[in-house]
Amino acid sequence: MGLIINQKIIDSASAQKLIDLCPFGAIKYDGQLSITSACKMCKMCVKKGPEGAITYEEEDIPKCNKDEWRGVAVFAEQRDGVIHPVSLELIGKARELAAVTGHPVTAVLIGSGTEKAEDILLRHGIDTLYVYDDPQLKNFVISSYACAFTDFIKKTKPSSILVGATSLGRSLAPKVAARVHAGLTADCTMLKMKENTDLVQIRPAFGGNIMAQIVTPNTRPQFCTVRYKIFSSSEPSEPKGKTVRMEVTREMLSGNTEVVRVVEKPREIDISDAEIIVAVGRGLKTKEDISLAKKLADALGAQLACTRPLVESGWFDPKKQIGLSGRTVKPKMIITLGISGSVQFAAGMQNSDKIIAVNEDKDAPIFKFAHYGFIGNLYEIVPDLLKMIEGGKNV
Amino acid sequence: MKIIVCVKQVPASSNVDVDPVTGVLKRDGTNVKLNPYDLFALEMAFRLKEDMGGCITALSMGPSSALSSLLETVYMGADKGVLLSDRVFAGSDVQATSYALKCGVNKIGSYDLIICGKQTTDGDTAQVGPELAEQLGIEHASNVISVDSIDGEYITVTLNLDDVYQTQKMKLPCLLTIEKDACTPRLPSFRRKLAAPPDCIQVYTADQLEDIDRSKCGLKGSPTQVERIFPPDSDTKQIIFEGDAETLSKELYSILTSEKIV
Repeated sequence: MGLIINQKIIDSASAQKLIDLCPFGAIKYDGQLSITSACKMCKMCVKKGPEGAITYEEEDIPKCNKDEWRGVAVFAEQRDGVIHPVSLELIGKARELAAVTGHPVTAVLIGSGTEKAEDILLRHGIDTLYVYDDPQLKNFVISSYACAFTDFIKKTKPSSILVGATSLGRSLAPKVAARVHAGLTADCTMLKMKENTDLVQIRPAFGGNIMAQIVTPNTRPQFCTVRYKIFSSSEPSEPKGKTVRMEVTREMLSGNTEVVRVVEKPREIDISDAEIIVAVGRGLKTKEDISLAKKLADALGAQLACTRPLVESGWFDPKKQIGLSGRTVKPKMIITLGISGSVQFAAGMQNSDKIIAVNEDKDAPIFKFAHYGFIGNLYEIVPDLLKMIEGGKNV
Repeated sequence: MKIIVCVKQVPASSNVDVDPVTGVLKRDGTNVKLNPYDLFALEMAFRLKEDMGGCITALSMGPSSALSSLLETVYMGADKGVLLSDRVFAGSDVQATSYALKCGVNKIGSYDLIICGKQTTDGDTAQVGPELAEQLGIEHASNVISVDSIDGEYITVTLNLDDVYQTQKMKLPCLLTIEKDACTPRLPSFRRKLAAPPDCIQVYTADQLEDIDRSKCGLKGSPTQVERIFPPDSDTKQIIFEGDAETLSKELYSILTSEKIV
């Protein structure tokens, strides 16, 4: 099972080829070829190595009956009866996915006093909405929410489940996925549906400039989380679906966590909600130069944001960071100054309507996805631009 | 107070590339570091130990090179380290990883608290902590920004839930994932390095984890599978401008005007 090494046909030359090929340095040779625990089963050695040197034998994995699982389900996140907008974006995507297989779109709503939220969800195209409404579900208590969510899965058997990658979603989804032994893929940036109901999940992987297409071929349900502002919200229309009230049992509410208090965070304009963004990266030479970018942002009525290195060097608050480990933004326009455009950064902004990039390095990855690329020095272009903006329309 | 801190060794840089012609993955695998998010988990553990006394074990799964990261945790303040290292774990997704860690936790024995970083810089999933908690049958809190009080039976923590901060009292044992910048991590100490006993890191293969079920490990135990890897798409509808600064800023200004930004 797994990777089989055919020692007989391996000599020092082919061993060296394999060693060079392995991206994880997991192949060793001392007369005998061996694979170490650094192996990540990428199977590069099987696909691209000397023919027959290392082969892969399919494991005998029990498969579930996929026909027993139907529907694309959305976890409808709410707080105090207000639906988180990411849930509406997921419904839009769920409708697209379900159209491929002809499955229904369902949602699970957990909370207290959920009537208004129910109406909004149905208007956005939910076929059947399952509601767990109880005063004790007002706040997010992981054990209770996980029990209700699991109850929903066991009773309705959805094939795919989409959860918003909010703090709550990223805590709840893995808890529930582990409980029902489901595969879970985090922070998907693209989703597609195969006709055999396998959900194709695409996300950045291996911590680098590379995308992975991930499937859950043998088990159901298949779970994924998606960041806010990756997909577009569905348009509201006349509700056609129905609501099913689910029983909240005493057992669901008996956990070992007690919420002591909930404090609202001070409201500030979040870069996730900004319409126009000026973002700066390592092309900025000193902390003082932030003021140049700030001037441009102010002139355009834009929010100022940054890349991860500038947060790490302490120049910016982490809330201003765009990227996989920061915020996802989807403004009408983003102007990036001195940003090379790593895949992690791109994951947080590539759905922006218009991307304008200014960078000195013509080979920077940002120029592969910017709509307008300017190969030049930001310290020359930005001051010129500011003059023109100040000069107004007569320039 | 017995605390287990889960840590991971990650690539120091994100220089991974796919050769567009051959599809071969190219990666600079020599530079590694301790996952930066784990530093906050470790620091939280060290502070709890300073208050409560006890023992801190750092737990990791990975190749033998991860030994250096576990040693680093000892130089910072952990009492010992445990590394789970075996080809059986190759290709683990979240579920198989958290299963292996569960076996590691069982091997370590009893515990009061498990602390994880918020996420790793290479996977960025933030899922292993909560899945590990579920596999162990304990409750968890993600994105913890502070430990407000602790006694032998309960811990009160405040977590970041996007729009609100929620303070909750949890029964021990439980698992916490620590938010970035929840505290200021300490550096490894040279004195601790000199004092570290040679056997402070235990390395276990799968065979040494008595109750392990191999069908739940590695690729075989992973419900999710990577079907293919590919370089990110590049948008074809794009315009690139080159030239002197004056030309460029004029072009940029005209785009801003036509987009009605100015």
